[in-house]
Formats: sequence, structure tokens, C-alpha cells
Amino acid sequence: MEWIMAIAVGTLFMIGIYLILTKSLLRVILGTSLLTHGVHLLLLTMAGLKRGDAPVLGGGSGAYADPLPQALILTSIVISFGVTALYFVLAYRAYQTRGTDEIDGSDAEGKEADS
Amino acid sequence: MNNLLVLPVLLPMAIAVFLMFFRRKIALQRTVGFIGGIANIAIAAAIVLRVRSGGIQTLELGGWAPPYGIVFVADMFAALLVLAASITGFAVLLYSFASIGREREEHYYYASFHFLLVGVYGSFMTGDIFNLFVFFEVMLISSYALITLGGSKKQMREAPKYLLINILSSTLFVAAVAYLYAAVGTLNMAHLSQRIAEAGQGGVLNVIAVLFLIVFALKAGLFLFFWLPGAYGAPPFAVRALFGALLTKVGLYAIVRTFTLIFPNDPSFTNAWIVGMAAATMILGGIGAAAYRDIPRILNYNVLIGVGFVAFGLATGTRDGMDGVVFYMLHDILSKGLMFVLGGMLISAAGSDKLDRMGGLIRSRPGLGWMFFVLALALTGIPPLSGFVGKVLIVRGGLENGMLTLSLVALASSLLTLYSLIKIFREAFWGTEPDLDEEDADEAEEESEYAESGSRSSRASESGERPAFAGISAVLLMLLVVGMGLAANGVYGFAGQAGATLDNPGLYIEAVLKE
Repeated sequence: MEWIMAIAVGTLFMIGIYLILTKSLLRVILGTSLLTHGVHLLLLTMAGLKRGDAPVLGGGSGAYADPLPQALILTSIVISFGVTALYFVLAYRAYQTRGTDEIDGSDAEGKEADS
Repeated sequence: MNNLLVLPVLLPMAIAVFLMFFRRKIALQRTVGFIGGIANIAIAAAIVLRVRSGGIQTLELGGWAPPYGIVFVADMFAALLVLAASITGFAVLLYSFASIGREREEHYYYASFHFLLVGVYGSFMTGDIFNLFVFFEVMLISSYALITLGGSKKQMREAPKYLLINILSSTLFVAAVAYLYAAVGTLNMAHLSQRIAEAGQGGVLNVIAVLFLIVFALKAGLFLFFWLPGAYGAPPFAVRALFGALLTKVGLYAIVRTFTLIFPNDPSFTNAWIVGMAAATMILGGIGAAAYRDIPRILNYNVLIGVGFVAFGLATGTRDGMDGVVFYMLHDILSKGLMFVLGGMLISAAGSDKLDRMGGLIRSRPGLGWMFFVLALALTGIPPLSGFVGKVLIVRGGLENGMLTLSLVALASSLLTLYSLIKIFREAFWGTEPDLDEEDADEAEEESEYAESGSRSSRASESGERPAFAGISAVLLMLLVVGMGLAANGVYGFAGQAGATLDNPGLYIEAVLKE
């Protein structure tokens, strides 16, 4: 099972890094989003893929799953969700202000000057 | 158990949430921020005194004993940094009253400001590495808001890059935490330290250590600083002061904490990395500061020199070096805050950020000029000002450890600091007023932003800005920068206690795990 996860993580990282290296801001944002997905899968895998009962005291048969990585991933997902939303809004605003969605290009000509 | 420890995080958070509901009531926002700032300084001072008398304080959140629950730990190092950060935060808040403008104040500036402080204090206090990530994010998301607030073209050009670099480093942070958890099975810093010491650091743990170093170096601007001069040049000066004084220091704090507590066992490997990065940062930062002729860039590169110096202190790995790191970081937080406040005042007085277009300001703004001069000496490390003690301790630590070349590099970077700041002093304050007839059309357009702030006093009454607060803020920080040097003996008592903990992680582990 781990090797499938390893390939999935590697693929997500590969695509994510490729997208980050492009010029278009929209692709860059998608790239960061894929990278964070890759990292979450990594976190899940590194903590060990095993089946078990819910870690509740007194319930279950003794073999329980480690809840910590799930808590970490949940926290991280929430954070990356918020940041990605913010990044999209910023990208739209930057496009409006600068007239281009290139992350490091010069500003487009003929657009209104900044406020 | 000490509930005091949670207050530095709780108070700014409560203020920030409260302020979000009153975005048009500027006077209320300022008053609440002002009172909250003073209260936070008092709380931080109380924590410092408590640690001084009672040793390392811990708070198990929710009553879960470490290593299972998250724990807040205030050793002397963290407590002193919280104190310095709350003082600088308060001073920058005062400077914001004078400079930030109604437009930004009405758009949640103060709320973002306080959320940033939550992240900073939380990062200093937490004893759990994943919780450190969370507080980093709190701080970074607030900084995203602050760097974009205003929406000028320059900000819109720099902010996406700033976000990208931080998202990338946060992603690596989570990856590093994942590897670490797989390798040792815990996230509590004290417990990590103990387990890594038992397992022996080497192989995969060294790789993880370097991954953490890369993550924190990206945030601190240690060698991986290519994003910093551009990003820190975009927002208004009050925000730059906050970033330059606090954000890079949180990254540095994380480096110091991880490499003294979690990964101290293989110094010949890890320190080689830190030494190289510190040397490169000091050299490149020094060259940048000396080469540029516009004030924002000179100041930004000066931030880097300070970062390199602290990393050098850490790499010496000696007791003197550690004391120096503590001392120098305290000095650096206060003086970099002051540097940006003075820089902002200078630029709004001159109406330009180009040295070529300034001169003779000593006649109209003598107080500003001499404060800038004293600050330049303090940053260089001229006794008896505050930079001196930290630099002496760090260099002495370096020489004890036989790092002659790096000590020379560090001293040379101090010279470049002096050169770059005296360059500003000489050209902006001395000489004659520049002949403005020769200005290019391009430059004039570029500087309209500053010209607008130059005529600030005339429109201050309508926008509700209080220029007097800028002076108060600068004088407050100036007194502390000078006072810290004059009272070095007293401060050294505190810094020494912090250095002792950094030098001997056993004290920290014992306090947290109570074994």
C-alpha cells in the first residue's frame, strides 16, 4: 500500500512543482494547491497506513488507529484552504491592477495607473 | 502550570476579534490598541520576572500532560523575545497612528496587526512543533493581509511572490513534520529532543534537520533571502517595521530553538550548513546595503546582516555565542523596528526615497537626524550602545571555537552596516537641498506616492493622522536601544539565564516533561 501512496505523493509534487515554475499566476496557485495535497498524503503515509478502531477509551478491541496525523492533516487542510482562497482573490485583484497575470512580468501597458 | 503564559496570545486575539466589529470607529480602534499594547508589555514583563525567579514556566493546555497535549513553555529566551516584541509592536502601533492613513485603518489594519502579534507571541511560547506551524500560519496570513492592504501596483506585484514563497516553505514545513513524526513518533519539542538524543542523530535525522533549516531560513531570510528586499519594499513603512523587526526574528527563533533543543547532537554536520549560510547572508547583505542608493533597499539589506549575525552566533555553539544570540536578537528586534520608523519619517520628510534627491535635512529635522546617527552607531556595535554587547559575545564565541574567518566576516559586515547607514546620514541630512529642477518625468511619477506622504502634515487633520506619535514611537525605541547598552550588566543577567537554557537543553526537557 505504501508504494502506491509514494507514487501518488511523488506525482502530486511533480505536477505541483511544474505548475509553480510556470509564469501564469493561476497555474502557480493550482500548483501550490497540488503541493499541499501531496504533503497531506505524505503525512498520512509517514504516520503508517494501518487499520484500527477509533481511539476511544473503553471502546474497541485494543488495536486502534493513530489519531494524531489525522488531526494534523485536518488542521493543515483548513489552513491551506483559507490560504488558497486568499491567493485566488489576490491573483484576481493583481490581474485587475496590473493588467497581467504573469507572476514576475512587467505591468501591462495602457492600463490605468495605480490608485 | 502557569496560566499567565497564555495571556500574550489571548489578549491580542481578543483585541483583534473585537476590532473587526468596529472598523469605522478609528478612535476606538486606536485606544483599544494602545491600552492592549501597554497591557501586553506588562504581561510580558511579568512573565520575564516569573521566569527569573522561578525558572522555566510551562502551561499544559487543556490539562493534557506532555508529550500528549500541547504545552506552552516560557524559558527566559522566549519570555525576553515576547517582551521585546511587545515593546516594538507597541512602538510600531504608535507609528501607525501617525503614518498609516484612514483608508487602511478602516480596512482592518489594526485587526490584522493584532493577529500578526498573536502569531508572533504564539511562535515564541509554544513547545510543540506542529503548534509552531499553526502559529507561523497565523502570523503569515496576517502578514499577507498587511502586505496587500492598500492594493497599490507595487504591492500587487510583490504580494503574489511573497505568498508563493511562504506557501512553499509552509508546505515543506508540514513535510518536515511528517518525516520527523515518522522517524521519532512525537511532536513535543522536549520529547523530540529526548528521543533524538537516545536514537542518535545521524542519517535520516540529519536530512530532516536540514529540511527544517531550509524552511526556517526561507522565513528568516537566512541566505534564502532573494524574496525579502522586494517584498519588504512594497507595504507602508509601519508594516515594514513590523516585518523587519518581528517576522524575520520569528524564523530565526525557530532556527535557534530547533538547533539548540531538537537537533544539537551532530554539530559538525548541522553547524557547517548554518556557518555557510550565515557567512553568505552577512556578505551578500553587506554588499547589498553598501551598493544601493535608495533608502528602502539599504534598510532591507541591513535586516539581512542582522539575521546572518544571529545565525553565526548560533553556529559557534559556545556558551558565549548563545548569550550573544539572545542579547543580539533583543537588540535587533528593537533597533530594526526603530530603523524602519526613522526611515519612514525620513522619507516622508524628504518626499523621496532616493538619496540623490535629498540633502540638508539636518536643518529642518535635527532630532530625526541625530537619532538616525545614534541608531547607525548602535547597529554597528559601537560601545556603549546596545549592539556592542551582543556582537562582542558572538565574536568571542566564534574565536573560542576557532572560527577566525567567520569572525572577520562578521566584523566586516558591521563595517558595511556603518558605511551604508552613514551614507544615508551624510547624504540625507548633510549637504545642501537638492536641485529638484533636473528630475526626470519617470522618477517624479514613481515618487508621487512619497510626495503624497510628504505633504502629510497639511492633510493630517482631515485624515486623522497624528504625526506626533511618530516622534514618540521613535524616542521610545531610541531610549530602549541606548538604555539596553548602558544597562548591559542588568540585561546580561537575564540574557545569561536564557543562554544557559539554550546551551543545556536538559533544563528545558526537565521543565516540560518533569522527569
